[in-house]
Amino acid sequence: MTPALLVKGLAFAYPDGHQALYGIDLRVEPGERVAVLGPNGAGKTTLALHLNGVHTAGAGTIEVAGLPVTKVNLHEIRRRVGLVFQDPDDQLFMQTVGEDVAFGPANFGLKGAELDARVHQALAAVGMTDHIDRSPLHLSGGQRRRVALATVLACDPEILVLDEPSANLEPVARRELAEVLLSLGRTTLMVTHDLPYALQLCPRSVLIDDGVVVADGPTGDLLADSELLAAHRLELPFGFRLD
Amino acid sequence: MSAGHAGTNVLHHPGDSPVHRLPPQVKIVAALLTVIGVVATPREEFWAFGGYLVLVVTVWRMARVPVSHFAKRALIEVPFVVIALLMPLLGGAAGALAGWNILAKGTLGVLTSLTLAATTTPRELIVGLQRLRTPAMLTTIATLMLRYLEVIAAEARRMRLARISRGHDPRFLWQVGATARGIGALFIRSYERGERVHLAMVSRGWRGAMPDRGVAASPATWLAGLTPVLVTAAVLGTAVLVP
Ligand SMILES: Nc1ncnc2c1ncn2[C@@H]1O[C@H](COP(=O)(O)OP(=O)(O)O)[C@@H](O)[C@H]1O
Ligand SMILES: [Mg+2]
Repeated sequence: MTPALLVKGLAFAYPDGHQALYGIDLRVEPGERVAVLGPNGAGKTTLALHLNGVHTAGAGTIEVAGLPVTKVNLHEIRRRVGLVFQDPDDQLFMQTVGEDVAFGPANFGLKGAELDARVHQALAAVGMTDHIDRSPLHLSGGQRRRVALATVLACDPEILVLDEPSANLEPVARRELAEVLLSLGRTTLMVTHDLPYALQLCPRSVLIDDGVVVADGPTGDLLADSELLAAHRLELPFGFRLD
Repeated sequence: MSAGHAGTNVLHHPGDSPVHRLPPQVKIVAALLTVIGVVATPREEFWAFGGYLVLVVTVWRMARVPVSHFAKRALIEVPFVVIALLMPLLGGAAGALAGWNILAKGTLGVLTSLTLAATTTPRELIVGLQRLRTPAMLTTIATLMLRYLEVIAAEARRMRLARISRGHDPRFLWQVGATARGIGALFIRSYERGERVHLAMVSRGWRGAMPDRGVAASPATWLAGLTPVLVTAAVLGTAVLVP
């Protein structure tokens, strides 16, 4: 079967010469939910920005459902890979929630009734239908995060990539977002250093540090390996138990 | 960006009047032609400028935007007024007429632009420019500038709060240094955020044009929207042709 995502030997240096990725290998099957764990500066965001071609690989290849990430395929790649940025304020910029959610699918050519239907579906999926005419700026942090997710869901991506979805969320909003993510049933790659969140949402985890994959396996096994976690500046919250 | 829209929307006065509902491209053309008509009017035809003022105020009434909205914002034309008041000092009677020319035409130009901005959201303005076949590069730059303005205003507000909560009192002259350093930091942070906002737009398939969900304006709409221009043309014609 064609993997949903196939990354081979991906290396990348920023224009200032800083090498952020040193050869990443990753294969994600359709329907899988995978957490990408790693400390600050590990290269998680840099990896995410490669998956939809925002950054261009210095070396290595990426394929999304069999389609290579190259300049000529970029528009289709961006439709297939839905990237939810870490800060919803980077993502939301229109006057109303509805316009913001329509922005992506309209760019991909949807119009009229079809576009409206897509906007409603996406907002319903995150439980924000009632807020369609409000300004994104007047929503709570958790609501903004869900609208940001809806703006990407509306593009009907084949793979959802979330950068630190639980960052800055209060406990209730964090749980509500988890429920939404579990209900979507989409192939998902979730970048995070929130280990309990990874355990709750993703059966499999990949641990990245210094631009390479250092572990890949069932999330429970990774989190049980306290030496591995300590070696990569990760730790479970105080009092958290794995059983 | 929490209060971002308040930042750019200082010029916009939300409403649901016939003027607000006019398609933006019609309003842009109407405002442009009106300003051209005003500028073309011979300066000694004092009554014509009175006529233009009545016209602008009539549009405000139809748009149900209070005069005070425009009075406050017209302050940006203070430099015009200063120049106009200096002219007679420099050039006697001819100078006085030249000063009047700048003052009358400058004021009407500013009021017309403010009327357009008060009844049209920034996004509509861009869509309007697009429908008028403005080169995509120009509308893209306009879109990003709007976005940056908002981002910068919000960032500035947050940083000011952070400074004030650490005991900075900008009333004291010797603290001007902190404000200046703040502006430097603001520039860098706004730049970085603007960059991320742009990436988030590109990730949702943006290729330089705002999605346009509207329809073309009918001849009747054009006629209704251009009524002020017809009035301007009538006033101008009378001023130029009738001895
Ligand atoms: N725009 C940039 N220019 C130069 N270096 C960068 C840039 N963005 C990130 N980096 C560096 O690349 C490395 C990986 O960053 P990032 O992918 O953001 O890490 P993570 O998301 O895992 O915290 C870090 O060392 C970071 O300092
Ligand atoms: Mg990151």
